[in-house]
Amino acid sequence: MSYGVRSPGRAQIEQKTLRQDRWWLYPAVTFTVFMAFIVYATWRAFAGHDYYSAPYLSPFYSPCLGSCVKGSSDFGQPFGWWPLSAALIVLIFPLGFRMSCYYYRKAYYRSFWLSPPACGVAEPHTKYTGESRFPLILNNIHRYFFYAAVLVAVVLSYDAVLAFRDATGHWGHMGLGTLVLVVNVVLIWAYTLGCHSCRHAVGGRLRHFSKHPLRYKAWTLVSKLNANHARYAWLSLFSVALADLYVYLLAIGAFSDPRFF
Amino acid sequence: MGYDLRLRVWRGDRSGGQLGDYSVPVEEGEVVLDAIHRLQATQAGDLAVRWNCKAGKCGSCSAEINGRPRLMCMTRLSDFEESETITVTPVRTFPVIRDLVTDVSFNYEKAKQVPAVKLTPRDPDGKRRMMQVDVERGQEFRKCIECFLCQNVCHVVRDHEENKEAFAGPRHFLRYAELDMHPLDTHDRRKLAQDVAGLGMCNITKCCTEVCPEGIHITDNAIIPMKERVVDRKFDPVTWLGSKIGRRDPRDEV
Amino acid sequence: MSHISQQPDERHPMTGNRMDSGDDTGFERHEYDVVVIGAGGAGLRAAIAAHDAGARVAIVCKSLLGKAHTVMAEGGIAASMGNVYPDDNWRVHFRDTMRGGKMLNNWRMAQLHAQEAPERVLELEEWGALFDRTPEGLISQRDFGGHKYARLAHVGDRTGLEMIRTLQQHAVSLGIDVFMECTVTDIFKDGDAVAGAFAYWRETGRFVVFDAPAVVLATGGIGKSYQVTSNSWEYTGDGHALAMKTGASLINMEFVQFHPTGMVWPPSVKGILVTESVRGDGGALKNSEGNRFMFDYIPEYFKSETADSVEEAEGWYADKKNNRRPPELLPRDEVARAINSEIKAGRGSPHGGVFLDIASRRDADFIKRRLPSMYHQFKELADVDITAEPMEVGPTCHYVMGGVEVDADTEQSRVPGLYAAGEVAGGMHGSNRLGGNSLSDLLVFGRRAGESAAAYVQGLKDVRPRIVADDVRLAARTALAPFAIENGGENPYTIQKDLQDVMQRLVGIIRKAEELEESLEEIQKLKDRATRLSVEGHRQYNPGWHLAIDLTNMLIVCECIAKAALERKESRGGHTRDDYPGPDDSWGQVNLVLTLAGGDYSAPVDLEHKPLPQMPDDLRELFDQ
Repeated sequence: MSYGVRSPGRAQIEQKTLRQDRWWLYPAVTFTVFMAFIVYATWRAFAGHDYYSAPYLSPFYSPCLGSCVKGSSDFGQPFGWWPLSAALIVLIFPLGFRMSCYYYRKAYYRSFWLSPPACGVAEPHTKYTGESRFPLILNNIHRYFFYAAVLVAVVLSYDAVLAFRDATGHWGHMGLGTLVLVVNVVLIWAYTLGCHSCRHAVGGRLRHFSKHPLRYKAWTLVSKLNANHARYAWLSLFSVALADLYVYLLAIGAFSDPRFF
Repeated sequence: MGYDLRLRVWRGDRSGGQLGDYSVPVEEGEVVLDAIHRLQATQAGDLAVRWNCKAGKCGSCSAEINGRPRLMCMTRLSDFEESETITVTPVRTFPVIRDLVTDVSFNYEKAKQVPAVKLTPRDPDGKRRMMQVDVERGQEFRKCIECFLCQNVCHVVRDHEENKEAFAGPRHFLRYAELDMHPLDTHDRRKLAQDVAGLGMCNITKCCTEVCPEGIHITDNAIIPMKERVVDRKFDPVTWLGSKIGRRDPRDEV
Repeated sequence: MSHISQQPDERHPMTGNRMDSGDDTGFERHEYDVVVIGAGGAGLRAAIAAHDAGARVAIVCKSLLGKAHTVMAEGGIAASMGNVYPDDNWRVHFRDTMRGGKMLNNWRMAQLHAQEAPERVLELEEWGALFDRTPEGLISQRDFGGHKYARLAHVGDRTGLEMIRTLQQHAVSLGIDVFMECTVTDIFKDGDAVAGAFAYWRETGRFVVFDAPAVVLATGGIGKSYQVTSNSWEYTGDGHALAMKTGASLINMEFVQFHPTGMVWPPSVKGILVTESVRGDGGALKNSEGNRFMFDYIPEYFKSETADSVEEAEGWYADKKNNRRPPELLPRDEVARAINSEIKAGRGSPHGGVFLDIASRRDADFIKRRLPSMYHQFKELADVDITAEPMEVGPTCHYVMGGVEVDADTEQSRVPGLYAAGEVAGGMHGSNRLGGNSLSDLLVFGRRAGESAAAYVQGLKDVRPRIVADDVRLAARTALAPFAIENGGENPYTIQKDLQDVMQRLVGIIRKAEELEESLEEIQKLKDRATRLSVEGHRQYNPGWHLAIDLTNMLIVCECIAKAALERKESRGGHTRDDYPGPDDSWGQVNLVLTLAGGDYSAPVDLEHKPLPQMPDDLRELFDQ
């Protein structure tokens, strides 16, 4: 049966696309990197160990609310009874935030679902309903994940501040790990605050910017971050994995944290 | 300076067609439309092509050049190697009429479904006041030249003919967004955007933005904000409750 | 009506319009009160007005809806709203318009135009247009050549697009029928009065007959008759020619406006418009020696209001009260002639233009914000960054002041039921149009034409003119003639090219008697060749055939221009005679009126002198200041 670009009435052209450039590069790279992250993150999240090396807590495990190792739970252990890895309790929020993020949606619809793989390249599916039905209609609750993601970012900021203490709890310390956590949290904030839902909430929903100068100012700032949302989505993805990897390597004793002061 | 350009152009109509090979002399600084015009004037007098301003302002000469949706008048030959063969086909989402001309009535039919603007009354001096910052977002969308390249590239209808019924396409999402952001309009079209225009079918893969010759940020500035506004109206219980008990939206839902 | 067959199920695939076919002439047939030809600003505004007056209206246009030439207008809509300068009012606008047109304008049209333009602009806003704003939130107004005050309502440099989109969306919301990509080739009469129109669908080549007692011509201009033009393929003078064939008259055809600033390079974009706003926003014209040569070309007539030193000109942008305008902002005819002289004197730019410099005068952000499409256009088409380097510009055929002679208040031509508005109508702009006055012209007279056409039809009651069946058959035969010539016929593209060459060379910016005489001979030869036009292929979307039909219109129009230009032995506005370099007061009281004997397009054009309508004293006083 002919469908899509070969539907009856349209110009009869055999090829599914006449593009000659390397249009497959973006989806291929995206797919590869995301898969690598998913594999790594799954392993680390389920592992349940080597996530804390005083004073550094892996961002995958923060806040550590299960029965966590000593010193890692800054907010108590309300889920002490939880039998699995403590990361699974909190990771659902950043995961949900990114899964419903407008940029990640583009990336995974293109790279994983090939819908479409690239502009002007026919997709392989015969049916398509987009985000108008379950489950993808759930992407509309992105803003709630955004609110959660703000809380997560606050906690990670708290972690980054705590990383200015040394392993014994004294202030005035900074190691390479501190820098890693600080860079990570800055990128996380840049990504979180550049969110499209955030842009809507701070001012985008208004019809009269002129009557709300402060919210307009905020909207302008968020719009600047938002213009680079894809970049921060990638950078913060790398940084969060790297931060975790760094803590992991310290925890297993691969090397010791270089100390600046 | 000048050279002979190898051109492959789709010739045909609804009953069928194929890519025809041509060689056309071209000059420095020319665009694809110049080559097509020379072909028309010297070798194929009946080659059908739709064009008007030849300056990227009217949006008539939409086509697919090497598989990419472009305006023929804004695609410079210097973007290609002289040895390269350039393939020009009609846009592939709409029914072909002849050669490079397609039937774009889909877009005009969808335009009829958008309820028109209806402003609040004028000020006592007979004028209206709107602040520049309040009209700027809408002004970006009104740069649209209706070339329909976004409609063409959108896989929702490009790859799924059956969706044309329920999906208005990026050009009209621009319109919904423009009207929803209009500082003086009295209509609320958010429900309509979701239920009639099919905003929910968009999966924001951004091809519309990629092909827009006017550089309008269709996805980031119109579609996503519109989706968020629809969430306010339809999916977010808190804003829904807020609109019932707190400050009501003064607009009438249409 | 009995002769309309009812097959409402059959719809045109392009437009959704009915495709009725079974009647005594065998063609698709529609009945309306008012048929508007053209869907630019004037056509859409006329259709809206006629619809609002209760008429059944159809718009018939050669292109898709929203693509008409109005989208090319950049600068703005002139209207004395006084939002920026409260001193502005219709009298000042009227005076500027008349002076810009060198007093040859139809005073009544100029008056109505100046009086009604502000309300027409506010109407657009009501229908959704988003104009740029003043700090107080009012519609912002910008400076333009020949206008005493900042007066042009605008949206960046894409005002025409805003206007056409607004009118288009409003017309669509009213449910007005639009016949897109449908070209009118004949207007039918019953006795003296209009009875309908004949057209073909570009898509299928099938014919359509419109039964309508009123037809509004809103077809725009004639620029495609010139080699270097800012106009699109549509501008083939269809309305001018239709009016002539129907028995109406044209006036002022010798006045063709060459916009001073068109792109000159690369060759493929030669002629594309560079908006006057570049100069309004601070751009300066310079020759290859780096001189602001416009200071050497200030005519006596404008001396009192033009800066004579660079210092004063520079001061004007900030303080308009105490400084006079830079000479770059003289009316278009003056600037175009000056550029022409500089190029001829060998002080041109490398590609045969002069330099228009805004890069060294305004910062990049300002330029990108105020002139986004100019920035885009030069970047994309010429690889020139106008925020960093000067543009190269030269004159380009832009607008025809002349057009159908109409009644100032009703826009009716000599033929009952035939109306004209916009560029196709004559009189309003005299010998030279000011920038910004065309968009307001479209709105003011589009509305008037639509209203009076609707009123005319209501006045007819039940006694409607009827189309004569033989006329329909003749119209079809004429349109199909190019298919009948088998071998050795003329290629329409070649004739069009030759015609453009003749007009550019012999009837251009600077004219003289011998050249004009030669041009008339050449045009006659081309007319003869055009009787043997042939086209290949079939009727379905065949551009060769479409051009063959348009060519006959271009030939009539070109003959009118050349003939009137030869007759007018003076220089005034858009008509410059090398052999009669100055204006002549006696010619300043005369319109040249052109008609076609018997409506036969192969017959030569008739020309007569007609005295200008006289302005009442209260208006005349405005010019004594």
